Amino acid sequence: MKTLLSAGLCGVLFALGLGLGGMTQPEKVLAFLDVAGRWDPSLALVMLGAVGVHAVFLLRIRRRPAPVLAPRFAAPSQSKVDLSLVAGAALFGVGWGLVGYCPGPAFTSLATGGRDVLLFVGSMLAGMLLFGFWTRARASG
Amino acid sequence: MSSLFLPLLGGALIGVSASLLLLLNGRIAGISGIAGGLFGAASGDRGWRLSFLAGMLGGGLLLRFGWPGALGAPHVSGPGWLVAAGLLVGVGTRLGNGCTSGHGVCGISRGSRRSLVATLTFMAAAILTVFVVRHVLGGAT
Repeated sequence: MKTLLSAGLCGVLFALGLGLGGMTQPEKVLAFLDVAGRWDPSLALVMLGAVGVHAVFLLRIRRRPAPVLAPRFAAPSQSKVDLSLVAGAALFGVGWGLVGYCPGPAFTSLATGGRDVLLFVGSMLAGMLLFGFWTRARASG
Repeated sequence: MSSLFLPLLGGALIGVSASLLLLLNGRIAGISGIAGGLFGAASGDRGWRLSFLAGMLGGGLLLRFGWPGALGAPHVSGPGWLVAAGLLVGVGTRLGNGCTSGHGVCGISRGSRRSLVATLTFMAAAILTVFVVRHVLGGAT
């Protein structure tokens, strides 16, 4: 129960951070990516702020043997740079550049009730589901 | 002033959220990983994921009613672009194991080379996509 509450609280904070930072405005995101046009570099500060704060906290968190509410830390599953990583990141980047939504801001923006964001998130979840089917089919076949 | 302050503050909140999720739950605050894991094998692992995403929606609602300007809407010429972009983001983030939050914030904060490569790749792909759409094709999607 506590882990559900803490996860929910973190979700709220994360969404507020995205909103205050400007990440939930697709026009602003596209202006950030439009380096050859009227470039708006301010969103780089969102990443700077997030990485700066998280990196400092990480120094302390990493000294703990285990998290507060769970038996162990989930470790990142892989460590090497491979074709999947680069190809996946490239596909994601194209999708991000077409509309201006990455996953976090898209989920947050569902709160608008807009049909466009619903269609985007639905397609994104469908893409994740399709990828799951594909990897399982490949693993078993 | 606020044009610099708000992105930094938003980023800092994201950093606090990612730090709390790791400290309390031992989990990495990568939104595509949290959502994609819903379709994975372990059903006992779904609660905190749904709770986090519900929290994001809650944060979105707080933004919607507390600061309406924070949530924008995509500007695209038709639903096909939203579906295509959503699918690309969904498949790409699963294939590449992360998005702006998981690789760009959490991965870079802990000095992961994989995440640095992924972040540079999706940034480059997104910038190139916006360049082609706006300056080669001369319009919006």
